[in-house]
Amino acid sequence: MAEPEATVETVEAPTKPVDPDFEPEIIVFACHYCAYAAADLAGSMRLQYPSNIRMIKLPCTGKLEVIHLLRAIEAGADGVYAAGCLEGECHYLKGNLWARKRVNHVKELLAELGIEPERVEIYNMSSAMGAKFAEVATEFTQRIKELGPNPVRREGVSPHAAAREALGGVAMPDETESSAAATVEEGSAE
Amino acid sequence: MTATEYKAGSNLEKVLASGAFAVTGECGPPKSADGGVIEEKAKILKGYVDAVNITDNQTAVVRVCSMASGYVAQQNGVEAIMQMTCRDRNRLAMQADILGASTLGIKNILCLTGDHMSFGNHPQAKGVHDLDAINLIKMYKDMRDEKKFQCGDEMAVAPELYIGCAENPFADPFELRALRLKKKIEAGADFIQTQCIFNIPKFKQWMEEVRALGLHKEVKILAGITPIKGAGMANYMKKFVPGMDVPQEIIDRIAAQEKGAPQQAEGKKLAVEMIKELAEVEGVAGVHIMAVEWEVAVPEIVEAAGLMPRPAVA
Amino acid sequence: MITAERKPFDEIIALVGDKKKVLVAGCDTCVAICLTGGEKEAEILASELRIKAEQEGRAVEVEHTAAIRQCEWEYLDMIAEKVEAADVVLSMACGIGIQSLAEKFAPKLVMPAVNTNMLGMPQEHAVWLERCVACGECRIGLTGGICPVVRCSKSLMNGPCGGSHDGLCEVTGPDKEEIECAWALIWERLKAQGREELMFTDRPPKDWSKSSSGGPRKMVREEAKPV
Repeated sequence: MAEPEATVETVEAPTKPVDPDFEPEIIVFACHYCAYAAADLAGSMRLQYPSNIRMIKLPCTGKLEVIHLLRAIEAGADGVYAAGCLEGECHYLKGNLWARKRVNHVKELLAELGIEPERVEIYNMSSAMGAKFAEVATEFTQRIKELGPNPVRREGVSPHAAAREALGGVAMPDETESSAAATVEEGSAE
Repeated sequence: MTATEYKAGSNLEKVLASGAFAVTGECGPPKSADGGVIEEKAKILKGYVDAVNITDNQTAVVRVCSMASGYVAQQNGVEAIMQMTCRDRNRLAMQADILGASTLGIKNILCLTGDHMSFGNHPQAKGVHDLDAINLIKMYKDMRDEKKFQCGDEMAVAPELYIGCAENPFADPFELRALRLKKKIEAGADFIQTQCIFNIPKFKQWMEEVRALGLHKEVKILAGITPIKGAGMANYMKKFVPGMDVPQEIIDRIAAQEKGAPQQAEGKKLAVEMIKELAEVEGVAGVHIMAVEWEVAVPEIVEAAGLMPRPAVA
Repeated sequence: MITAERKPFDEIIALVGDKKKVLVAGCDTCVAICLTGGEKEAEILASELRIKAEQEGRAVEVEHTAAIRQCEWEYLDMIAEKVEAADVVLSMACGIGIQSLAEKFAPKLVMPAVNTNMLGMPQEHAVWLERCVACGECRIGLTGGICPVVRCSKSLMNGPCGGSHDGLCEVTGPDKEEIECAWALIWERLKAQGREELMFTDRPPKDWSKSSSGGPRKMVREEAKPV
């Protein structure tokens, strides 16, 4: 199946020097039907993408509330993105459209806080777009490396755990996360 | 003092600046389109006061407006102190009116909150209260000194204003009253007139607090006096006029006389005594005589108090 | 909450006029809580109208109903049939509910059976005091949590005025009842909070353009608008 043209958000050039030792912790809320499947595919295709991303699977990005994204940031995640189906192809019809609205609202809230709105994002892909998944993970990780650590990040708090807790019963079990992160680029973020 | 050191160069300002004890009066315009009434009152007061307050819909009762009445008074030889209340006009009207007053040669302006509509003859009116008196003082000060409208726009010719306001030493909370005066001075008040005084000890207590803050040096304080026309009037003020403090001894003193001329004479005598006593209080720069509908009593009181002739300042 | 008071009966009769089929529509939110226009009160008014009609020998059908909230379209759907059947609807909801009803069923005749009077606080059971005028620019953090716009009779930003005496306003209520001086209250509250200096800061003029003085207002929550 041919992959549709990928659109990736462009990032402005950083104004501060990039710390080579900074390994961001990035939370990815991936939907079961498309994005998580794409991640699996990327794993099977042995595509390389950063181990900085920690995934949480949901039935649909439409289940993401503003608070889930914000709690991840509050717990110190350096970057957070939702990954859902292509617009118009959401398994639950409009879930990914709701997710985009909420991501935009969270960007406004971050701007209010003086935190870069670019730390939160949403991407769309089909289950066949393994390469897109890897590309997005790589570009977003690079974006966050250039932004630097989350000003709220602190020792002893796990953004991934906080994000799972915030989601509660909405989060689906991590089945294939170990295989999705099998391709390791550099040392683990932990 | 040269002309350039005055804020507006009004007669009142010059008298106060010279250190002489100032005398101001009050004139309530008529409830009809009758400029003649104002002329009459002006003629009675001419020469006995340095300037006269022209009230602005006092007690929320409609009368000829202060600006027009003030103009008539000035045409008849008595300097006006125009009044502006926050009850009837929004900031546009208040700025427009002061520009108008200035072009008509009115220089003294008293900034007041205004009695509530419910006291007057149009209780169904919508009270404006866009600004309060302190906002108003500051707005006029900025027009005069910064040549700017409240919105920040600049004006070519600024109004020449000597800005005043009222203060009630007898209102509650008492502990706030000297500090409120400070706030008005910081907003830009040049002179203040107090609510009429009957309780001199309490007034002296207020003046003590005022002096402790050094306020008497920053603003010219005129003590308010209302000559009592009869015991009935005194009783009415005690019971029904908000912010009045009328000690029983004063009512008794007036009531001891027969009604009519004897009570009036006692009232004038009392007024003269009070003026003389207040003139001795440090920080009191003058007296404001509010002889409501009794303007004819003013010349006699001013004479008896030894305040004639009024200074003629260049 | 929004409070309202039932209009004088004669006024309601005049609004009904000679209509033969009247529906009294209550609302079970704010006006029910202030005991003015809930289903219970709608039933009472309907009964009164029937009694009056009987007294005057007029044949009038009066029914009553209530919407959970008259300002929500979905809840109005639930009373649509009764509304359509009436010649005139007497709405006991607040001004918002009455207008929603009128708009949804336009050009059906909808008359207000109540005077919406204030955003009030129940001080004690069955007593409501005005606390807010929805000025759109809340500054009560600087006045000890007390609103000078509505609780001061002159909406002073830098009060109190010279009419304040014994903690009371110079203005009394319509039945000559005492009104507390808001600025005396603010002063006491600020003192209790150890923030007296706020009493002496210069408060600039209010921005009335944010209130209804600037025209009817609108609020939109973009993130919640349906996709």
